[in-house]
Parts: sequence; structure tokens; C-alpha cells
Amino acid sequence: MTKLNLLCATALIAAAMPLAAETHTVAPGGGAQERLQEALILAEPGDEIVLGAGRFELTDGLSLDVDGVTVRGAGMDQTVLDFSNQMDAGEGLLVTSDNVVLREFGVEDSKGDGIKSKGADNIVYYKIRVEWTRGPHPENGAYAIYPVESTNVLVDTVTTIGSSDAGIYVGQSENIIVRNSVAKYNVAGIEIENSYGADVYNNLAVNNTGGILVFDLPDIPKQGGRDVRVFRNIVVDNNTPNFAPEGNIVAEVPTGMGVMVMSHYNVEVFENVFAENATGNILIVGYPNETSDEDYNPLPVNVLITRNIQGRAGYNPAFDGAELLAAAMGGTIPPVTHDGNGTDIVVQDEVPVLSLGFTRPAQPFTEARPGIVDLSGDGSRKPILEPIVLPEAMEAVVKQ
Amino acid sequence: MKQGGISWLLGAALALGSAIAVQATVLDELKVNDQAIIEDRLPRTLGEFGFFLDPAVQTPAWGVHPYELNTPLYSDGAEKLRFIYMPEGTKAEANGEGLLKFPVGSALIKTFAFGEGDKRRLIETRVLLHRADGWIALPYKWNKEQTDALLAIAGARLPITTPGGEEISYRIPNKNQCKECHGLDDEVVLLGPRARNLSAEWLAGFAERGWLDAAPGLAERLPVWADREHTDIEAAARAYLDVNCAHCHRPGAMASNSGLDLRWEQTDPIAIGVLKRPVAAGRGSGGLEFSIVPGDPDNSIMVHRMNSIESGVAMPELGKATVDKDGVAAVERWIAGMDR
Repeated sequence: MTKLNLLCATALIAAAMPLAAETHTVAPGGGAQERLQEALILAEPGDEIVLGAGRFELTDGLSLDVDGVTVRGAGMDQTVLDFSNQMDAGEGLLVTSDNVVLREFGVEDSKGDGIKSKGADNIVYYKIRVEWTRGPHPENGAYAIYPVESTNVLVDTVTTIGSSDAGIYVGQSENIIVRNSVAKYNVAGIEIENSYGADVYNNLAVNNTGGILVFDLPDIPKQGGRDVRVFRNIVVDNNTPNFAPEGNIVAEVPTGMGVMVMSHYNVEVFENVFAENATGNILIVGYPNETSDEDYNPLPVNVLITRNIQGRAGYNPAFDGAELLAAAMGGTIPPVTHDGNGTDIVVQDEVPVLSLGFTRPAQPFTEARPGIVDLSGDGSRKPILEPIVLPEAMEAVVKQ
Repeated sequence: MKQGGISWLLGAALALGSAIAVQATVLDELKVNDQAIIEDRLPRTLGEFGFFLDPAVQTPAWGVHPYELNTPLYSDGAEKLRFIYMPEGTKAEANGEGLLKFPVGSALIKTFAFGEGDKRRLIETRVLLHRADGWIALPYKWNKEQTDALLAIAGARLPITTPGGEEISYRIPNKNQCKECHGLDDEVVLLGPRARNLSAEWLAGFAERGWLDAAPGLAERLPVWADREHTDIEAAARAYLDVNCAHCHRPGAMASNSGLDLRWEQTDPIAIGVLKRPVAAGRGSGGLEFSIVPGDPDNSIMVHRMNSIESGVAMPELGKATVDKDGVAAVERWIAGMDR
């Protein structure tokens, strides 16, 4: 009996452990496309693919569809996947399997998105750089780091530069951490969209059009975005003129924006440092377009702004009608603007708050009733959302 | 004389015997290698399967049945030869208008060729193998001699002149890319052989020969693409989108997050793109606001992306190096005819 149990236990452990995990080393040089893609296809769960230092000249998108694989380079500036001659696929690297770790390599000049992971649960992006090397340009790819439809997402210590939409974009996902990362010269630095549960902290968002966006949009399979904490980030000098192609929601982000909350439930923005965002440090709005999606709530609900350090802002606001407002207010609008839509919008930072006085979303600016408002309530609100907890194995990756 | 007669008889019997033996060997060689389909390995050559008696002219082996689709997927104008193999003694099951169900051990085979007559070159053959744990998709690239095709697990590129005279870098997809189109809810699925995209005659013939349980009676089918000038433009365009786009643009597939659902059976206008804003199109939007603007194809993102061959803008993302002008024309005509 005991012996049998022992046997069963051994069998179970054997089943749970990857069998003889292997390391496959791939060097840059001739035939990199086929050699690297073949390694990604033939890898077994538990294997590690080690990318040598240097530039991998690639002609097509790469993809990984094996669970439990780690792809490790020699550093985000030392190992570069160069997609400047890419001919096919909508992204540089596509991941469609679970428990994948991407670490210590760079991706440059992919034709579409940089790295996309779709339906890839427990994914870790660590010390990754994704960059469009010509700087801001409307023909750069949309998203640099793009996890979507995934549960448990960790983005840690990444750098994104030049995305024509969002540098770090997490969409339609659950249980997310984005931290210790740099987003610069993107339209949106970091964007959490139509997702449930995200902690965005210790990041630097600088020189984007908008630093950090928390959006919920209609006509998307996963809706009702909720429970996002944005805290202890540095969000400064996000004044790069909006270079997003029209038609995308981020094309509507006014240049000079720190944090923007659109629609969405339960957002806490606290202990961040804001400065030099010409439109404003924080903007809270309803969805600005008409929609016939009956399941969609276009209003922000329960947004708390507290204990942030608010530097100079609002000195060159770029949304509709803002110039007139600024002129009327002595050249500068307040650092926090609320369009008037939504419920439980609380701003406890000791700065004036501009309300546009809208009474419904998608209202024309001619109907605005702007004024300075006090949204601090009794001033006693504290952040109460629970911290995001990821599986231990994911956190262990960044301790290695 | 008598002796001679006996020896002649003996000789004849021996000859007959060896002829029978030879016959049996030939017959074996005419058969598809069932093991290669179901074993858990990746056969290195297409020849191992034995799907073709004469590979160069694509003469199918015993049990390998050719078929055609009413509306096919556009692949840079390649001629496509499609075959179904089922193990001896098995049959497929109809499933209404949906995909025929093939037993384990079956294979779907599609060869891509360019050039006419003597100049026809086989480029690649894609196979879908139905193994015990599901379908697996593999690409094979034909050799120069056109005697066999080799597994191209990481894909390949080669220069091709299309029927339209365009010089392109033709892409053979890698194994993962096979699944990007053939993936649904994390499994590999078939795309082509839906009853609604097969002719009634073919289905009836297949059933008559005992290879299909029963030919499903269908109220409607996808129109025949070649006859689209004579059919309802909405049906032609929707059939085109179903076949060319809906493998990704549907719930559970690669572009599910876009919210665009281009399946034939989808009736919600927003889901098929009418006045639907893009979600993650990036520069693919081309500065346009909606997937489809009724009455205005020039301002519809769908047309803009179909009209592009630029990676990051072009749709479909894979398997396309040229614009399908006929496809674009049909979709444009459909959108132009919508009430504004």
C-alpha cells in the first residue's frame, strides 16, 4: 500500500516536472529566421532558448506556441531581434502558449506590433526592450508589448520607445502587474484596456503623448474594465505631439496628458509624481463617441485620486475648447480635469479641479459648463483595492 | 514435349505466382501509409505518406479523394489541389452546413502550384493529419526535381511569378503559422470542407460511394466564386469574408480580440464591421474611423487593409503578398451598395 502510494507520488511528480529540460542556443548570423523559428517550434515544455549576443536579421514574424518555454537573450541592448526587413505577419514575435518567459532581449522596428501574446496565461516579460528606432512616427507599429486575452501578466523592467499606439498595452486580460518599466516617445506610454485587476507602479512615463491610460471601450468581447491601481509612477513631460493614426482611440488623447481614465470602474491613482504635462496631469472622462453597444457603460465609476505630487500642468491644454478655457483662466487650466460624467469621482490632491460640466458622454463642447469644482468629499477616502498577486513561479523569474 | 509442357506449365505457374506477388507489392505501394499519419512524429518527406501515385502530376493514391470549394481562399493566385484521405473502411460524418467530421487517421492535403501546362511547378503541400489527440498541420516544400516535398517546419520564402505577372517573395508558412489560421479555442481545426462550401453533387457522390454517412440537405450554400458576377453581391462578399477572414475574425480564433466576426452566419452589423471602430488596428486604420462605412468603401478600413500588401497594414496578415483585386472589388461593390 505504502509502496504503491510512493510509486503514485513519484509518477505524479514526474508528470508535473518537465522531462529533462534542455537549453537550445541560437546565434545570430545567416539563416537566423529559420534557425530561430525552428528552435521555437521544436522546443519542449521546460526548455530554454538562449539567444546569443548580436543582431538577428529577420525577414518574417516569429512565433512560439509551446507551453513553459523561456526565451533568454544576453541583455535588452546586447541581443537584438531586428525586424527592419520584415515581410510578413502582424507582429515581430507572437506567443500563443502559457507559462512563457521572455527575458533580456530587444526587438527593433517590427512592421506591426512588437511582441504580442494572445491567450498566453502566466506570461512574464522581463528586461525586454521594444523600440522603433526612428522615434515617433505614425507608421511605427501600434503596440510594443501587447499581452491580450490573458490571465496573469507580468511586465517588469521593460523599455518601450516609439509605439504609434501604446508602449505597454494590456488588453482584455485579468490579474496584471506592470512595474519598474520605462515608456517614452510612444503615443500612450502604458495602457490598461478592458481588463480586470491591474497594478501599475514604479514606472517612468516620459515624453509620450499621454503617460498612462486606463480605458474601457465598447464593441469589444471583454468589457466592464475594473479594479486598476496606478501608483508610485513618475509621469512627467508627456508632450510629444499625438502621432497616432486617426481612427484609433488613442488618436483622441490630447497631447500633454499624464494619466487619463476613460469610462472604467474602480480606479485608484495615488502617490505618483506628476509634472510638466501641458494639458494636465490627470483627466477623467466618459467615452467620447456615440455607441450603440447596449452592454457598455460609457461612464467612469468610482475613481479615486489621492496623495499624488502634482507639479506644473495645464499650461498648454490640447483638448477641444481648452485654449479658450485657458485664456479665460489666466493662461493655465488646473492640473486635474473631469468632464463631469460618471459617479464617485473623488480628487483629494490639493489642487484645483476643472469640471467641463458635461451631463452625458459624447456631448459637444458647445454644451460644456466649465467651472472649478471640489471633488474631495470629506477627504477621508483611502485606496482600498487589493494588491495584485501573481503565481509564485512568475515572481520567482524576476529574482533569478 | 510432355516434359516441356509440364515445365511450361510450371513456368507459367511460377510466373503467375510471382506476378501475383508483384501485384501485391504494387498494391501496397499504391496505398497510403496510415502509420505516417497517426504516429507521433513529423515525417520528413511528403512521399512517406504515399498520398500520390505520381507526385509530379498529383495523381491521388487509393482512398485519396479530390474536392473543390465553392468559394476558395485567395493565395496569391496559386492553383490549389485539394484532397481528402480517409483510412479504408471509414467514412466521414456530415454536420449540417458545418465542417464534415473525419475519423482519426484521415488527412487533408492541399498542394499549391504556379504556372500553366508544362511550366506548372508544385511549390508546397500543406497537410492536416488527424491523430488521436487532434489535428496537426505541417508544411512541405517541393524540391526542384518535383519528385518529393520536404518538411519545412520553419517555413520558407521563394521567388514566384503570379498569374497576374507580379514578382513576389512567396511565403510558405511555418508550423505555428498553420495553426494561426487553423486554430480555434487552442485546437487545430479544419477550415475548408464545410458542407455549405461544397457542391451538392460532390456531397451526394461522396455519400453514394459510402465515404460520407449522408449528404446534408442545405437551404443555402456559399455561392460559387467564379460565378459571382451572376449572384447576389452580398452573398458573394460575405462568402469571401467568411473564407478569407473569418478563420481569425471570429470568437475563439486569432483575431477574437478585435471584436470583428466575419463568419457567414453572423448577422449583427456591428460585429461584421458596420460603423465599428477599430480596437487595435494601429496604423492599419489608415486614418479611417470605421471598418465599414455603408455606401463608402473608400473610407472603410476593411477595404483599405485588403488593398495593402504592407506588413502591419495588410489583411490577411499571413499568406498574402499580392492584393486580391477580385476580392477587393466584390467587397467594395457590397459596401457601396449599402444604405448610407
